[in-house]
Amino acid sequence: MDMVLAVIVAKYNYWVYVVLMMIGFYAMIGKRNLVKKLIGMNIFQTAIILMFVSAGVKHGAKIPILDKYEVLKHGVDATGVVNPLPHVLMLTAIVVAVSITGVALAILLRIYREYGTLEEDEILEKLGK
Amino acid sequence: MSASNLHMYVMIAPLLTAFFVNLLGRRSRAWLAPLTLGSLAFSSLASLVVLGRVVRSGGYRYTVGNWTPPFGIELVVDHLSALMLVLISLVALAATLSALKSAEQELPGREHLFFTLYLILIAGLMGLVLTADAFNLYVLLEITSITTYGLIAMGKGRAPLASFNYIIMGSIGACFYLLGVGYLYLMTGTLNMADIARILPDISGGAAVATALAFMLVGLWVKMALFPLHGWLPSAYSLAPTGAALLVAPLMTKVTIYLMVRVMFSIFSVDYLFLQNPLVQSGIVWAAAIGIVCASALALAQRNLKRMLTYIIVAEVGYMVGGVWLANSTGMTGALLHIVNDALMTLCLFLAAAAIYYRLGSLDFDRLQGIYRKMPVTMAAFTVGAFSMIGVPPTAGFFSKWYLILGGIESGHWEYVAALLFSSLVNAVLFFRIIEIGYFFKSGEHHGHELREEAPLLMQVPLLISAVALIVIGLGSGPLVDSVIRMALPGGF
Amino acid sequence: MDYQTSIWPLAAILISLLGAIPIMLSGRSPNLRESWTLLAALGKVAIVVALLPAVLAGGGYEFVIAEVLPGVPLALRVDAMGMFFALVASILWFFTSLYSIGYMRALKEHAQTRYFASFAVAISATIGVAFAANLLTLYLFYEMLSLSTYPLVTHEQNAEARTSGRKYLTYILGTSIGLALPAMLIVYALTGTLDFKSGGILAGSGASPQVLGLVLVLFLFGFAKSGIMPFHGWLPAAMVAPTPVSSFLHGVAVVKVGVFSILRVIFHIFGADLLLDVNLGVVITSIASITILVASLVALTQDNLKRRLAYSTIGQLSYMILGAGMLSAAGMTGGLLHIAMHAFGKITLFFCAGAIFVAAGKKYISQMDGLGRQMPITYLAFMFGSLSIIGMPPLGGFISKWNLVIGAVSSDQLLLLVVLLVSSLLNAAYFLPIVYRGFFARAADPVFDEGIREAPLFCLIPLSMTACASLALFFYPDIFLRLAQLALFP
Repeated sequence: MDMVLAVIVAKYNYWVYVVLMMIGFYAMIGKRNLVKKLIGMNIFQTAIILMFVSAGVKHGAKIPILDKYEVLKHGVDATGVVNPLPHVLMLTAIVVAVSITGVALAILLRIYREYGTLEEDEILEKLGK
Repeated sequence: MSASNLHMYVMIAPLLTAFFVNLLGRRSRAWLAPLTLGSLAFSSLASLVVLGRVVRSGGYRYTVGNWTPPFGIELVVDHLSALMLVLISLVALAATLSALKSAEQELPGREHLFFTLYLILIAGLMGLVLTADAFNLYVLLEITSITTYGLIAMGKGRAPLASFNYIIMGSIGACFYLLGVGYLYLMTGTLNMADIARILPDISGGAAVATALAFMLVGLWVKMALFPLHGWLPSAYSLAPTGAALLVAPLMTKVTIYLMVRVMFSIFSVDYLFLQNPLVQSGIVWAAAIGIVCASALALAQRNLKRMLTYIIVAEVGYMVGGVWLANSTGMTGALLHIVNDALMTLCLFLAAAAIYYRLGSLDFDRLQGIYRKMPVTMAAFTVGAFSMIGVPPTAGFFSKWYLILGGIESGHWEYVAALLFSSLVNAVLFFRIIEIGYFFKSGEHHGHELREEAPLLMQVPLLISAVALIVIGLGSGPLVDSVIRMALPGGF
Repeated sequence: MDYQTSIWPLAAILISLLGAIPIMLSGRSPNLRESWTLLAALGKVAIVVALLPAVLAGGGYEFVIAEVLPGVPLALRVDAMGMFFALVASILWFFTSLYSIGYMRALKEHAQTRYFASFAVAISATIGVAFAANLLTLYLFYEMLSLSTYPLVTHEQNAEARTSGRKYLTYILGTSIGLALPAMLIVYALTGTLDFKSGGILAGSGASPQVLGLVLVLFLFGFAKSGIMPFHGWLPAAMVAPTPVSSFLHGVAVVKVGVFSILRVIFHIFGADLLLDVNLGVVITSIASITILVASLVALTQDNLKRRLAYSTIGQLSYMILGAGMLSAAGMTGGLLHIAMHAFGKITLFFCAGAIFVAAGKKYISQMDGLGRQMPITYLAFMFGSLSIIGMPPLGGFISKWNLVIGAVSSDQLLLLVVLLVSSLLNAAYFLPIVYRGFFARAADPVFDEGIREAPLFCLIPLSMTACASLALFFYPDIFLRLAQLALFP
């Protein structure tokens, strides 16, 4: 029991992301409202982005913004600075997520104009007629 | 234009042209055809030159913008990616000829928007086959997906709904892939494929690496619509505007299969994939076989030509996934050859469907009666495509099926062999049903007085070229396999 | 075996394939179109005959079309067995073209251009099968034949034609893709090649007798064009096609392609010695015997003349396979010879059936009493054809049947002798009454049959010529005999 608790406490960040991911996944699949599905997708993507970013965190490290002249004189202590690479990569991922959300919202607008509702079951009813 | 940059120009041409199409296409329609066709023709020629170079002097790796890997993005131009590049540009060129006509009919006044997304999609596909960085792959995958979402949503009727459904499922797939890449990053600290491959054998994070592989594979399977993750494909492809379906149907799933091969063999090793986990390998072949059978059975139930073709696409994906996971070189050769052949067959059939739709306005079976008389050239090409799907020599489809079945026999996966034969027979039933409907007249109308009303020339030309290509590539299977595909087999086969 | 590389085998195939193009283009001028057909037919006979001397001398010709798969190119080879079949097919195509012209014009049939063009493609495929150098090439032309005969079988384009067409394709495509193709691939997986070699390629491949038996059975049923039961159902159904189609394709080309493919597999993939070693000849002969007996019995019950001829064909085809399965010298020779004898005889019978339909409008045997007196030449030819099939001297069929009997006796397969005798009796029982009643019975309704005269010349000449050929083959079987011997005992 102690071992399990130790593992959970040590890696609590990953557990949070897993929970977030499951919430997002459930929303995408389980919810009937199209906007809620979209939000679920966003949550899912955000959880993954957070996981990536947390990979760069180090205990007691400083943020990766450095003074140019300091670095030129003394060099950089890599262990004292948070890894900026995942941050950079995740910027790209965020851009992708935002683009998808934008396109999806535009499509939802069209759907709303066409069917007057954004509830999946109501739309299916209208189609069935 | 240095020769070693040529592949970049292949990708950049459609990308830049997309913006010009948007700007100039607004003013006048006349700009569309020369811009799109010009850029794609340039890409085709350049990609052929690249393939020639690779066949003569071997593949090479290219660093973008002089940022050295593993932090910079690297591109890989080897036999497989050069072949895919040629395939994408030629198929895109043929599809565009026909799409120009259908977009005129279906999306009047919005063609410049259509072709903007269209060209960016092509550029994204080309980038996908060139990249050697795992995260860059995700970005390009999403570029192609987003443009596809947009293109599909431009369709009529239920298309936006189908597109939204595709968004949800496609994003799940892409996010799973990203999750897998994330796990690999956590374990290895790098995103360059070759670098990861170097580091992986030395680390001992068994469960994490296995999870990474699982997530990446499942993500890609959702994107390529492997049964049972195929739910988004039939509606999305059949409701999309005809021009969009022409481009997406032959290429998207095949490029995703290429991605699976690239991820499997450039990041993980043959040893890890097949030898250490034989149960997984057999399981996936079984799943592929079941998928082929179910998709073929679903295709039988369809009453609309385009929907029937989309289910056949799902079955064909099963062929290729099974072929790759057979774990022998014959199966792998068959799968790679089938990527090329299936792209061409699907192109031919969708071009024929597009021509029929242009003239008839519908692809329901009951509207197709007597069509052999009305559109003989189109149906002749359709028949060639149908024969290729069934697997009749000397069309291309027979030869890739030969390798796949042989691979199944050699590795003892008889369920895969049975699935392939079953699918061929079902395809025969499916296509001969259409041939029958098109060939026999409505009851009571014995000598039909259908006037010949062929599709416009711009649609007939790519159709005939693809039909002829099916036979030429079929007869040329020997040289194609020997000079290109054998070299494209991942190391270890 | 001395094979020269030459493009003539390919030319023999292509001459009618390319001829289909001018045929399709001259749709508006029937005479021009018909002359293209006849020209292509004559050309084909000429090329095949030109290739004959080298083959008779023990050599042959080869040509590789394309290297498509490792170890299995698309290639042609003219050897004795292929030449045998090609000779029969090309000579009979010429006669059929003449007959077709007369028949289609007399009945004022529709879509004649499509008919003649499909015919041209079908005969190309037949010669392609004859000259195939390996199983892959044979399979390619086999499928080409199936597909090009579909428009011919469904020519009438009515509901009956549609159902028959479906049945046709289901049986033929279903078996070739579902049974023959995997068998082919298993042979390739075992030996790495699919070439036809005398003595076979499977001896020494290390396969167990069970695997060999399975592959043999897959091939026997996979080439369903040979009419082996239970995959014979397409043959009677295909009788809805116009008579020239039935006579040539289903009396000569399509069905002989099926038998030819099986004989190629037996002689040049398995080899007689291997089959003797693992005792698989029994499998072949039992399957064939069942088909012979059942088909002959069913033929007795058919009143529609063409359907009776169809079942007769099914039975006769299995004679050829029976002969091959005997694995004795005379038996195999008889089986191979029967390809030629049956072809000439059966085509005569079908030509007569068509002539009767054109001249008198009758399809049912019960209506044909006394017809022989009004159409004496036709009925005489019919008599010659039936005697040849039954195997009576002085008609050609006697020679092949005699060889079969000797083959059964010499290899101590007396049960097969019984099968042969019983079935010959049945053959007589379903053919001779037609002739007898035609000449000697009183017509049922003489009033309505007043105006019946002989069939048009275009029909009469071919059927007389093939009937005389059946007679001539009894006296001069040398070429075919020599080719058969070269094929079986090089």
